[in-house]
Amino acid sequence: MKIVMAVIKPFKLDEVRDALTAIGVHGMTVTEVKGYGRQKGHTEIYRGTEYAVSFLPKLKVEVAVPSNQVDKVIDAITGAAKTGQIGDGKIFVLGLESAVRIRTGETDASAL
Amino acid sequence: MSFRIPHKAGFAAVLLAATLVATSAFADEPVVNKGDNAWMLTSTVLVLLMTIPGLALFYGGLVRTKNMLSVLTHVFYTVCIVTVIWAIYGYSLAFTGGSTPFIGGLSKAFLAGVTTDSKAATFSVGANISELVYICFQMTFAAITPALIVGAFAERMKFAAVALFIPLWVTFIYFPIAHMVWYWAGPDAIDAAAKAVAAATDEAAKKTAQEALDAALADGGQIFLWGAIDFAGGTVVHINAGIAGLVGAIMVGKRTGYGKDIIAPHSLTLTMVGASLLWVGWFGFNAGSNLEATGGAALAMTNSFVATAAAALSWMFAEWIVKGKPSLLGLCSGAVAGLVAVTPAAGFSGPMGAIVLGLVVGVVCLFFCSVVKHAFGYDDTLDVFGVHCIGGIVGAIGTGILVNPALGGAGIMDYTTGKIADYDFVTQVVAQCKAVATTLVWSGVGSAILYFIVNMLVGLRASPDKEREGLDITDHGERAYNM
Repeated sequence: MKIVMAVIKPFKLDEVRDALTAIGVHGMTVTEVKGYGRQKGHTEIYRGTEYAVSFLPKLKVEVAVPSNQVDKVIDAITGAAKTGQIGDGKIFVLGLESAVRIRTGETDASAL
Repeated sequence: MSFRIPHKAGFAAVLLAATLVATSAFADEPVVNKGDNAWMLTSTVLVLLMTIPGLALFYGGLVRTKNMLSVLTHVFYTVCIVTVIWAIYGYSLAFTGGSTPFIGGLSKAFLAGVTTDSKAATFSVGANISELVYICFQMTFAAITPALIVGAFAERMKFAAVALFIPLWVTFIYFPIAHMVWYWAGPDAIDAAAKAVAAATDEAAKKTAQEALDAALADGGQIFLWGAIDFAGGTVVHINAGIAGLVGAIMVGKRTGYGKDIIAPHSLTLTMVGASLLWVGWFGFNAGSNLEATGGAALAMTNSFVATAAAALSWMFAEWIVKGKPSLLGLCSGAVAGLVAVTPAAGFSGPMGAIVLGLVVGVVCLFFCSVVKHAFGYDDTLDVFGVHCIGGIVGAIGTGILVNPALGGAGIMDYTTGKIADYDFVTQVVAQCKAVATTLVWSGVGSAILYFIVNMLVGLRASPDKEREGLDITDHGERAYNM
């Protein structure tokens, strides 16, 4: 099992969700995060005082999937979240040792 | 304060009075005009609206989330403490005659002798308003002025220091300045004395009557006697508060992280709501300062519309040209700068003069808030100096120019003749500059002394840890937003 963690532009969330649902992924966790990569930040001006804002708002989407689905999930997210502009985000894949569904006690693959 | 006078009290009336027996000149008791009274009751609550929630939200939106309640508390507390002090001794110190032209006496302390039948003068002979509504109207001015100051040292001054500083400041700075600028004998006293002079039949009676007239003319605050004009409080409110704020910002020191951390406004939405409430309430402030529901009030209203809009536009376009983007905060800040500048001019300038005044002040205040502040490195959190003091100075001196009837101004009434006095540019502008300089020195030096005393007694500044945590939790034990 793997966790696919994608940091995406906030307005791309619905498209990513639709793309993942279409390939049979039925759950995800979304967190509002801030960060920067190659996009750097931007400048805000209040009454003539300029602030360099280096951390930009992004969404972090986490999906737990069986290992054999990872490539499909990456393709789906890449396809949905891509604008071609700098700042589209990144995808990280992490290993996942175990999973438990709290309500039924099911474990691992059947809990995903 | 519009020195306008109705026709019946004009020059013809003085001549007419001369033909009557001397006693009849005093026969007309001034009466309370119900229409004027209704307008002043309305204006009074409009000025309260300016402060809470107007000013509180305008300021609150500009600080960080962790200090929102701190700013709102400073403003609300100021309104409450000054209101009580005003009734106990503030009104008396500001608006009764004293032994000096610098401060009034204590004859109306605890509002002694004031009843529902008590009358206060307006700017027309014979037209009075209830003294109680005049007391409440002026009370709201005394309340908003120190509330303006708290923006300068926001986000680091601890509440105990504010709680002590505000009552000291109104007592030693506001009441004397208000007395110096606004206290005078009133049109009824001067008109009656002038009529008595005209009616005097022999030399001895004339001499006595003339002495009485001179005494009535000399019964005023020092700045008023210099001939300086301030319709609704450019000196008393804005320069006074602005310089006190600058001194406070310097003495309490910069915010932790100033110039390094991002200290951006937490809600420009609330700031826009606050600025708009300020504009609405300011009609009570400026048009209400006419004290009567006359054409003078309508002129003050007109000027408060056009000067404000012009200043908002000039700030926004200047920022667009210089910084590349037209900002909402620029529009709102420009509007407030325009309101400040038109305050002393509201009933004196013509509408076209007010537009010019607004266009000028928008750019000047932007320059002070963005260039001058950074050049000198002081941390005036919410630009109380850059907007209120500088805008007030532009307005006070501009008023001296724009009052000129040749420029469309209303002119200054001479109650002894019942006519608009001749305008002299140098005389008027010098008087305005003296008023500005006196206020700057009195409030600047006086406030420095008061901050020093407060620092000795309770300390001005929150500890760095508390400042980082935010004053909402550390001073007040509550948060603005629990989400």
